[in-house]
Amino acid sequence: MRIRAVGVAAALTLALIAAGCGDKANKSDKSGNAAGASAGAKATGELVIWADDKRAAALKPFADKFGTENGVTVKIQAISKDQQTTFVTASQQGSGPDVTVGAHDWIGNLVQNGAIDPVQLSDTQKSGIAANALKAVTFNGQTYGVPYATENLALIRNTDLAPQAPATIEDLIGTGQKLVKDKKAAEILCLQVGQTGDAYHLYPLYSSAGGYLFGTTASGDYNPKDLGVGTPASVAAFKKIAALGEKGSGALKRSITSDNSISTFTGKKCAFLVSGPWAITDVKKAGIKYDITPVPGFAGGKPAQPFLGVQTFYVAAKGKNKALAQEFVTNYVTTPDLAVALYQAEPRPPALTAAFDQVKGTDPDLAKWQAAAKDAIPLPSIPEMAAIWDPFGKAEAAIVGGADPAKTIEAAGKTISGSINK
Amino acid sequence: MAARLVKITLLGLVVAIAIWAAFPLAENHAWIGLGILVATTAGLLYLYLTRRHIPAKYLAPGTLLLVAFQVFPVLYTASTAFTNYGDGHRGSEEEAVVAIQTASVTQVPGSVQYALSIATTGDPATGPLVFLITDPATKTTKAGDAKGLKKLDPADVTVGVTGKVTAADGYTVLTAGQASLRSKEITALAVPVDGGAIRSSGLSRAYEGKAGRLYDKGCDCIRDTTTGKVWKADRRTGSFVAADGERLAQGWKVGVGFANFTRVVTDPDISGPFLRTLVWNFVFAIGSTGGTFLLGMFVAVALHSQRVRGRNLYRVLLVLPYAMPAFAMLLVWRDMFNKDFGLINNFFGIGVDWLGQPMTARIAVLLVQLWLGYPYMFLVTTGALQAIPGELSEASRIDGAGPWQSFRRIVLPLLMVALTPLLISSFAFNFNNFNAIYLTTEGGPFQPDNPANGATDLLITYTYRLAFGGSGAQYGYAAAISIFIFLIVGTISAIAFRRTRAQEEVYA
Repeated sequence: MRIRAVGVAAALTLALIAAGCGDKANKSDKSGNAAGASAGAKATGELVIWADDKRAAALKPFADKFGTENGVTVKIQAISKDQQTTFVTASQQGSGPDVTVGAHDWIGNLVQNGAIDPVQLSDTQKSGIAANALKAVTFNGQTYGVPYATENLALIRNTDLAPQAPATIEDLIGTGQKLVKDKKAAEILCLQVGQTGDAYHLYPLYSSAGGYLFGTTASGDYNPKDLGVGTPASVAAFKKIAALGEKGSGALKRSITSDNSISTFTGKKCAFLVSGPWAITDVKKAGIKYDITPVPGFAGGKPAQPFLGVQTFYVAAKGKNKALAQEFVTNYVTTPDLAVALYQAEPRPPALTAAFDQVKGTDPDLAKWQAAAKDAIPLPSIPEMAAIWDPFGKAEAAIVGGADPAKTIEAAGKTISGSINK
Repeated sequence: MAARLVKITLLGLVVAIAIWAAFPLAENHAWIGLGILVATTAGLLYLYLTRRHIPAKYLAPGTLLLVAFQVFPVLYTASTAFTNYGDGHRGSEEEAVVAIQTASVTQVPGSVQYALSIATTGDPATGPLVFLITDPATKTTKAGDAKGLKKLDPADVTVGVTGKVTAADGYTVLTAGQASLRSKEITALAVPVDGGAIRSSGLSRAYEGKAGRLYDKGCDCIRDTTTGKVWKADRRTGSFVAADGERLAQGWKVGVGFANFTRVVTDPDISGPFLRTLVWNFVFAIGSTGGTFLLGMFVAVALHSQRVRGRNLYRVLLVLPYAMPAFAMLLVWRDMFNKDFGLINNFFGIGVDWLGQPMTARIAVLLVQLWLGYPYMFLVTTGALQAIPGELSEASRIDGAGPWQSFRRIVLPLLMVALTPLLISSFAFNFNNFNAIYLTTEGGPFQPDNPANGATDLLITYTYRLAFGGSGAQYGYAAAISIFIFLIVGTISAIAFRRTRAQEEVYA
């Protein structure tokens, strides 16, 4: 009996081994001797693209088209959370995609992890991309991706409550305070702060008041050795911001958070919202009459500079099919049709000038977003930027809550330079 | 017979899994892993196909799972703690060199971009690759391989509307599908020309590129081809460093000995607020566990009384918070504590800045914990109460004990025997309850002069910020910190379990 059991188990094992080997044999047969090519159902190359949920759906038809035109299989995978970290980790393990879609400020981290390859665009292709978008994806003199859409903050205004666009932040506060006094609104301004602050949304005001995060080198790149947080200029800037805080005019409040700033605006509780193109869908749904103008700066101050964010296609350095990925990113993403489709999936201004011109007639907001981006600067993509967000935001929250600006921002500067030099 | 069939199926499954796992291991030359796999599988087959070693038959599955899910992660964490693994130091030195060289290839200034066709002189799948390139201005075509460029006779070549070569005598032009199967070779092919090399940019364009930085094996360094600047490999930090201290961003993973541990001990950012954080961490864990236990037990005892009508309805209502996803509820509670828009301030008509002041923020997170956690305690206490025989209370009543005395002397000690292990595990869980803090206060509020450590920070949220907040992810450092936290929690649990055993001996 026992011997028979052993026999049966052994036979089963052999059968399984045979099945395993057979599978293997088929595989190598299909891919021929081509190194690194993956075996699909057909003898073609495969391109794997990662994008977030929304864009994955919009990409699908174009990926299929690219697939049939070139006789390859294209797979789109939606990554809903922590796309950057997932991409870096998966690339390192060899299970990453060939192409990934993401924000341009990932570049520094992706490059230091060897996760993306530069792309070589021709001069014609380069001239078809908005200049500031192209600048944003340039890192250490190399172009690291193809931009397809831009986004930046602007002032969204309820034109029923405030018919006139404010020229300065003082104007805005005057109008806002009057609306609050007349019980037409509950808040002066909806600009998200929260208990831990929000450096991205504060930056227009901070820059207008004379502050900066990183200086620039001679070649125009951000210089991590020149940290602007904690300098006398940043203290002066935060003194101006403190005057807008809870102990000042109350235009900035920690109780206005990323979760309630847009809904407070669409609930008509404030006349002014500082936000980006992503807020417009909600504003339209609420049926509010709105206008989009640049974020105003302080009277007599520097221009208010919002950050420019650029959505980008990257070629993965550890992808299995890099030649095909390069082909898709450099020679296909640079055509306007795809950019238009992605615009339709989410209304952010296309970075390709041809696509922008194609849709601007149907969407009057686009030109306004572009006008609001006139003074915009690319969000720093150097890895050192990771050290800024948290301490800077917390300093903002503390100062808005009434803490001493000089002491707070100098402590934040110390924390930031500490973690940069570590 | 049925038992035998089950046995054969299960063993077959083990072998199948082993085979499935063996191929990727062999492919990646992970011989040690393969050895372990073979040894384990052989051991399992031997164990279950003999009649001997009966106790081992029972112990083996549990032991294997213990090794796979407990011992291995602990060892992996411990081994990571001795490296600099993290952003910028993920791969090997070779990978870093490849990344540096690839990133430094730029188009030669003033050079043209060519239309590219990929061709071969042999079989489309295996033949040697050739780049057929067309100069867009002069329309001349050339063929290039690893040896160099060769001009083609215009009479032998057909050029399409896009400028790409569609056919050439002596060459087979690959379709995009065929070419895509040989992606690695295409990317690797550089046709040497004066001042650089012609490389592909996708499948339809080629450019003349030049590597700005090259690895030099002789000096184990990276050299800039134009300025001549040299970055030497530093094996202690896993990066290329120049004489002036400049470090290239792409580094690699190296062992750093006890550096991560000494950093934890010596870093003033950690040692400064450590004691305060530890004390609050204890208050939070004890407060969460004790508070939920007291409330849960109170409700359970109250509903245990036969005189309460509609007990089941109450029980269902009480368990509701437990049925909701804690994740979402934490965020809802955070919004309810909002100063201007929160339900709590609006409802009571007060203006408390709950999450903006240290004391109120601490009370707030404890309240949230109480709400989230008491249903669990209520459930387990109800279960334990039902297991206590009613006669015991009855006997004590006959002996003249009042209800409080009976509860205090009879019911509570018996309850504690059953519940103390649960309380210890609840304590250990809450000691590291990352979500409870991160999703409500994010560790805040923060002192203006110290953005790194907040009033409600637990050790785990605090160290998470240190390891992942500042300069990207530092897994090695995080692993070292987590070992310290493990030691703290482990010590407390060990002491607590020893005391429980003593207690069990008294009441058993």
